[in-house]
Amino acid sequence: MTTLAFLLLIVATIFGYFLNRIAARSIWNRGERLHSLTSYHGLFSALMVLVPVLTIMLFWLALEGRILDSLTMSGLPDGVLDGQGTGGLQLILAEIKSVSRGQIFGTPEDWKIAAADRYIALTRTSNMLMLIVVAVLSVAIIAFARSRVRVDFRARQGVERIVSGLMIFCSVVAIFTTLGIIFSLTFETYRFFEKVPVWDFLFGVNWEPQIPIRADQIAAEGAFGWLPVILGTIVITVVALVVAVPVGLFSAIYLNEFAPPKVRLVIKPVLELLAGVPTVVYGFFAILVVAPAIRSFGQSIGLDVAPNTALAAGGVMGIMLIPFISSFADDALSAVPQALRDGALGLGATRGEMMTTVLFPAALPGIVGGVLLAVSRAIGETMIVVMAAGLIARMTINPLESVTTVTVQIVTLLIGDTAFDNPKTLAAFALGMMLFLVTLIINIFALRIVRKYREAYD
Amino acid sequence: MNDMRKVERDLKVNDAKITARNVDVRYGETHAIKDVSIDIPDRTVTSFIGPSGCGKSTFLRCLNRMNDTIDICRVTGKITIDGKDINERSVDPVQLRAQVGMVFQKPNPFPKSIYDNIAYGPRIHGLARSKTDMDEIVERALRRGAIWNEVKDRLHAPGTGLSGGQQQRLCIARAIATEPEVLLMDEPCSALDPIATAQVEELIDELRQDYSVVIVTHSMQQAARVSQKTAFFHLGDLVEFGETEKIFTNPSDPRTESYITGRIG
Repeated sequence: MTTLAFLLLIVATIFGYFLNRIAARSIWNRGERLHSLTSYHGLFSALMVLVPVLTIMLFWLALEGRILDSLTMSGLPDGVLDGQGTGGLQLILAEIKSVSRGQIFGTPEDWKIAAADRYIALTRTSNMLMLIVVAVLSVAIIAFARSRVRVDFRARQGVERIVSGLMIFCSVVAIFTTLGIIFSLTFETYRFFEKVPVWDFLFGVNWEPQIPIRADQIAAEGAFGWLPVILGTIVITVVALVVAVPVGLFSAIYLNEFAPPKVRLVIKPVLELLAGVPTVVYGFFAILVVAPAIRSFGQSIGLDVAPNTALAAGGVMGIMLIPFISSFADDALSAVPQALRDGALGLGATRGEMMTTVLFPAALPGIVGGVLLAVSRAIGETMIVVMAAGLIARMTINPLESVTTVTVQIVTLLIGDTAFDNPKTLAAFALGMMLFLVTLIINIFALRIVRKYREAYD
Repeated sequence: MNDMRKVERDLKVNDAKITARNVDVRYGETHAIKDVSIDIPDRTVTSFIGPSGCGKSTFLRCLNRMNDTIDICRVTGKITIDGKDINERSVDPVQLRAQVGMVFQKPNPFPKSIYDNIAYGPRIHGLARSKTDMDEIVERALRRGAIWNEVKDRLHAPGTGLSGGQQQRLCIARAIATEPEVLLMDEPCSALDPIATAQVEELIDELRQDYSVVIVTHSMQQAARVSQKTAFFHLGDLVEFGETEKIFTNPSDPRTESYITGRIG
């Protein structure tokens, strides 16, 4: 039924487009000078139908479930729901729904079967109603749009207004999603801090979150100091950047200024291919190839190297980040006007001097943008570190030891048994919140620095 | 006028700063400059005129080997400055470009302060021994560039904040700061308004005392105003070269005459 409604809408849109277009065309054929091109008249009708009807359909589908649920529940015979908690009510509703789908386990009570029948009937009515609404609205809007087709009708402006409205909507969606994420993070973090003191979290140096979530479990006492975890993230991020920034920058500079065109044509796509490798592949590359290699090398020169090292995870993450930095830096360098290159070369600068004294400062904002993106990726990267870094939180900055990161801990906290009133689970939200704040602060600082040192060209 | 022409001719014989013999330039398949030979005198303004795409800018860029920076460009023939072949293996194009300054069509100050713009060349060539030395070089260059009075109070403001005409004079001053012997100008006034153009032309006339100036221009009036010698290029050929006065009043080649009277170009 829903599919039918969508099909109907698509047909109405196309029909509206051609109806108005043909109408406008016939006016044009009479030798009149139309204000807007015929295709704008068509688009005007199509968009007038598509946008509002689609909006109504989406709202309908979003709200339908809730309304049907509450209608079904309120129609149950008196007394059967007495003494049920929220969980119990949801269980009953789920059972009614599965009965309505024909998935019957055991022998449901008669009132449940009756409720399931009513649920089916309600669903059918709702779908029918939606189909009718869509059909009536489409026809009405098409008729309205058709009546507007006139010589001096400004269909072009109309279309542009609708499209710009859509663009505003799209940009607002991103903002509201972000706000929603921040809000839910804040809310859960607040609940976490009701159970664990803020100071213990912010300044604690022990991270042992594996506390019991049911009374019969035996587990650790619990300690929620985030410092060793964020320290692990910092160590791995630094290792990754130490690998990625110089390699990425130098490859960008080479490709941009020194490489013969043929070499550039080969190397650039290959480099960008690195960005397409799934992180899980990097993860097993790190754990199966890089970590053993580092370990055996370390032992051969007499160092004590852990099997899971921050160096292996960070190093491989660095390789993953090279294409980010190099392609951003390459774009930024290419955007510097040829006139500036000519100016420097014309004064007798070598290509190297031109790069360091003119191109690099001018391209700095773009380059820093790439590095920032890489930092955010490194801090937020999960798969490689889950696989190749350890799980034990230690206060160490030695990259040869096993460390754990914020993202790894979030994963382990949310895997397996979870209970959303337990500090163990809520700690994941607190960590997420801190991660968000750290990246935000880094971004703000970096933007400040760039604004201070950039050399703007125009 | 006749006397003057005689002097100029003497100059040409005795004092050719730049000589080019049988120069050809190819961009891939395109033959941009065909067998050009020319003697450019010292302490004179020489202008290259001709319709768009005639190769005058390309030829100008041969004189400081800026064409080396374009991958597909090939230059053959012999170009000497002070008798020394600039395309010889022993010549460092970087050193050459310090000796042969260049000013471009669009003002291209670096996105740095006015001071750093001027100091750029002296710094990369190590011309200043101390901070005060550098200050002097910068002031001298800005004075020679006829822009000192306008910028002396804001030497550390960005060069990109100046007006178009000021930017171009800044670029000329920047080129002068490395103490070149030859100054090449590729349509230096085409992006400027008439007042700024007049200022830059006046400056070019002054620079003639110390440098050999070669200017590419689209404006025949400008060529007539600022230069003593004029070369007319057409489709990659050097059609005619001689005293400006003669080129504009009594050209010997019919193509030159057509261009000057506006029939081609």
